[in-house]
Amino acid sequence: MLVIAYWLHLKMLAASVFDGIFQVIWPLFFATTAFLVYRQADDPAVMVYAGLGSAVMGIWSVVATTASSLLQRERWLGTLELLVAAPTRFALVLVPITTAMASLGLYSLTATLLWGWLLFGITVPVASPVLFVLAIAVSIFSIALIGFLLSVAVVRYRTAWAMGNMLEYPGWLVCGFLVPLTIFPTWVGWIAYALPPTWGMQAIRSAASGGSPWRDVLLCLGLGMVYGLVGALLSETVLRSARRHATLSLT
Amino acid sequence: MTSLRIFFIGGLISFRALFNWLSPWIYIPSLLVAPIFQILLFAYIGRSAGIESDTFFVIGNAVQYSAIPCLFAMANTVAGERYTQTLGIVLVTPARRIPLFLGRSLPVVVNGFVVSMFSLAVGSLLLDVSIPPSRWLPLALVVAVAAASCTGLGLVNAALGLRVRETAVLSNVLFGVLLVFCGVNVSLDALPDWMATVGRWLPLTHAIEAARELAAGAGLGSVAGLIGTEVALGIGYGAIGLLALRLLEVEGRRRATLEIQ
Repeated sequence: MLVIAYWLHLKMLAASVFDGIFQVIWPLFFATTAFLVYRQADDPAVMVYAGLGSAVMGIWSVVATTASSLLQRERWLGTLELLVAAPTRFALVLVPITTAMASLGLYSLTATLLWGWLLFGITVPVASPVLFVLAIAVSIFSIALIGFLLSVAVVRYRTAWAMGNMLEYPGWLVCGFLVPLTIFPTWVGWIAYALPPTWGMQAIRSAASGGSPWRDVLLCLGLGMVYGLVGALLSETVLRSARRHATLSLT
Repeated sequence: MTSLRIFFIGGLISFRALFNWLSPWIYIPSLLVAPIFQILLFAYIGRSAGIESDTFFVIGNAVQYSAIPCLFAMANTVAGERYTQTLGIVLVTPARRIPLFLGRSLPVVVNGFVVSMFSLAVGSLLLDVSIPPSRWLPLALVVAVAAASCTGLGLVNAALGLRVRETAVLSNVLFGVLLVFCGVNVSLDALPDWMATVGRWLPLTHAIEAARELAAGAGLGSVAGLIGTEVALGIGYGAIGLLALRLLEVEGRRRATLEIQ
């Protein structure tokens, strides 16, 4: 059921050419700016760092901005009640949707790598292709689980899309996509290490450079599962509350 | 008298009705918190790359962020009316179009100014950027000019809204273009020549340059040329926007496309 739900939602989300193109173009503006800034440092290694980070940050963008409004969108479409009434756990309905959303970040990842290569001559060497793909897959899944938690955490917030948009920059800032964590104050590092994308990004960089990404992959996956578990518990609580107070439709 | 009423009262009412971001639940995260994180993101990228100062990034991003309220609010003058199915009613009125649309621009300029000044103040505090107190008044003038100039581009955006369904996407794309080309995070000297040339024809570029010079201690007189260019560009974009609104309105009536959803 999870696979079918994932595939169904992936096809529905990918149906909008306009949205798809935008999800590619939007991170490209920021990637281009980052490349232009880092280019002034005149260090090829720094450009590879920026190229890889810019490519992955699109996965965070697509989840942060769309998962927060997931339930609101179902509400507008009139399908939220049907999803809630489905004879399965609500978490199992939502996780495939946020995973499909995160998978669309692959468009952005591919486009940014191509963009960096074509316009800025950034070639990202991948020493261990299999581990590289594994690290990306685990990152996507973990980010999807954050998206799931986010979607249920803001269910009572009518304008949740604004919250999602607001989270885009902080994620880019603290997860090590474009800025090394070493230059932040210590307390920012603690926040960063509590977020799966930080470990996912480290795993991707390790796999690309030929190091062992296993520790980072496992931490990314483990933390993602914790977020997913919290989301599952929260979703049951939120649903019970919404049913008791008849506030599911928020109208 | 009627034109004045349409300009001031009509403009204010339509801004309150159409720019639904005025809700604090949207305004605070989108227009007060997000620009601070944009400033922090690029300031830290700059620190990581070892180029430019925090002041450079605070000023560039604070001034550029006025593009979000200015572009989105102006797009809503068309898209918002269409969404509430009142676009036809507005366009069937005999009201003169210049006060009608310029009136809608004035609150947008004020809002863009507030967002930029807030970002400038908070960004400076967070990154310990020191701008002398005597510099804030001239900076406020430049920020106001930048917001007005960007609202001129917003009028073009509003006109395109008569033919484009996804005005939010269009506004985001324009925001991205301004981010890359206007010397926000990379000075024009460091941009490829063709990008710097494009940037010089866009709003915000000259205002950002003027604001940086003012913060560095230059007098208002020494940046008068930059401010004048920014004003001229704003007027130019505004004129193109008003003309495009008129032409696309006529075209929309002829093709019956005003209510495209």
